[in-house]
Amino acid sequence: MTRTRTGAFYLTGAALAVLFLLPMLWTVFSSVRGREAASGGDGWGLANYQRLLAYGSGLGTYLTNTVVVAVVAVSVTVVTTTLGGYAMVRLPFPGRNVLFLVTLAVLMVPYTTILVPLYILLGWLGLQNSLVGLGLVLAVLQLPFGLFMMRNSFDALPAELEEAALVDGCTITGALRRVLLRGVLPGIVTVALFSFLAAWNEFVAPLIFLTDGSKFTLPVALFNLQSGSLGSVDFGALQAGVVVSALPCVAVFLVLQRYYVRGFTSGALKG
Amino acid sequence: MVSLSPPRQSVRPAPPPAPRRDPISRRRSRLGLVYAAPMAVLVGTLFVVPLVLMVWMSLNHWPLLGASAPNGLTNYQALGDPLFLRAVWFTLKYTAVTTVVLGLIAFGLALLVQRNRRGVGAVRAVLFLPSAVGLASTSLLFYGLFTTDSSPLNELVRLVGLGRVDWLGSTGTALGSTVAMITWRFAGFYMLILMTGLQSIDPVLYEAARIDGAGRWQTLWRVTLPLLRPTLALAMVLSLTGSLLAFDQFFILTGGRHDTATVVIDIYREAFLSQDLGRAAAVSVATLAVLIVVNVAQMRLIRREGR
Repeated sequence: MTRTRTGAFYLTGAALAVLFLLPMLWTVFSSVRGREAASGGDGWGLANYQRLLAYGSGLGTYLTNTVVVAVVAVSVTVVTTTLGGYAMVRLPFPGRNVLFLVTLAVLMVPYTTILVPLYILLGWLGLQNSLVGLGLVLAVLQLPFGLFMMRNSFDALPAELEEAALVDGCTITGALRRVLLRGVLPGIVTVALFSFLAAWNEFVAPLIFLTDGSKFTLPVALFNLQSGSLGSVDFGALQAGVVVSALPCVAVFLVLQRYYVRGFTSGALKG
Repeated sequence: MVSLSPPRQSVRPAPPPAPRRDPISRRRSRLGLVYAAPMAVLVGTLFVVPLVLMVWMSLNHWPLLGASAPNGLTNYQALGDPLFLRAVWFTLKYTAVTTVVLGLIAFGLALLVQRNRRGVGAVRAVLFLPSAVGLASTSLLFYGLFTTDSSPLNELVRLVGLGRVDWLGSTGTALGSTVAMITWRFAGFYMLILMTGLQSIDPVLYEAARIDGAGRWQTLWRVTLPLLRPTLALAMVLSLTGSLLAFDQFFILTGGRHDTATVVIDIYREAFLSQDLGRAAAVSVATLAVLIVVNVAQMRLIRREGR
């Protein structure tokens, strides 16, 4: 195209990039501005982060809780959809179409509508106010996308790969473990990535299922900080908290960008 | 390659003239059941059971604490509650505005970044970046932008010489502010979906349109939009469902106060503030029924238009 149109593209692109980055930059900037700044004093430093560290049960507790929930959700999602996807493609069993349809139905039924019965059910199962219980619920929400992705991944592998392993004396499980897993690794990373982000960022489910303040995940703890349940709102600490909760997501995105696109192009992504 | 025959023949000599199923395929099918079991158990326990339980709960008086008792369809009176109807109206308004604004902006962005050229990857990445940040974190971030006097938004307003704007104060400003925030958060997400759609259109068609002397607008209306329809429909389904179920943004930005309460916030209120789980379940059943009808209708539409 002409040079002016190329120029227009770069100008628009740059302007948009700045516009999209500004809110984040402002938050990072405010998070390192000391409290004194408001009263005109000098104030650069980590005072906001120090107050955040000591907030409530402590930032460390909330971070650990969030990590526990994410690890449970990601590992359960990856293991069950890998096994399930493999079975769907290579081990025809009675009822697999029913299972596939029921799992996909999770997409059609937004989980916010079943939160109330889930709350009761988790109580019956002794999993209320439990990080593991929360992780399991979040895993179920990721199963449709995970199953779809893993089924397609196994489907894309040539059947001869497994046959060759069987000829070489592998058991079916051995063939899956030693040969096929490497082939579906990109699918596994994509599933892990999307379920990690969903679990890390989840707000409603932990808000409802976790009743004990020391069990809160980061988003719920920050919400409490914002709604001022412990006195007036500490904006500095809140902005520091937003940075802490967003940082892993941004980092993961920058490292694993191409897996996002993979998730999109598979056409099974639910927003 | 050795042979393309089914694995059972490579492991064993030719099977006897087949009974209904040979032992190997029976073993594989049993193994399949074992492999699929964890998923079946999870989906059964934490999806199918709650779904059934929800319908049952909606037919009972079910306090947060204490025993439940059957009470027929009484809970469904919650659907006539003025506060609920207000929430429905607000949710519909929010959904309509968000879908239109977000759709137009995302489409514009997709057109901008669809061509591969130097530096376009960086632009795409920056525009998509907010989508990686959680909705709750985004809401907390914008809460600071909208409410603190030291936020750049308010300083800008002061610079222009206007008085202080209460970004979240009235229903209207809260709606506008939230839509702006949601656009920031999701524009890159929908941009990427629409971009993959745009890139899958055969370039030959554009070439043909050019030869036929079609201008840019004509090409957009006659070639791009019709071929992009399935992708546009997918994006619209996602946006509609997402907005109809909005919770985080209003719960955090405005504390879910009555004039900005959405349907899901209303369900939350019935359940955990009024402590009436039966009524909450009734509202959930109704919401779900409507969503399923909407989803099925949309699927039909997509399928018909796809042809």
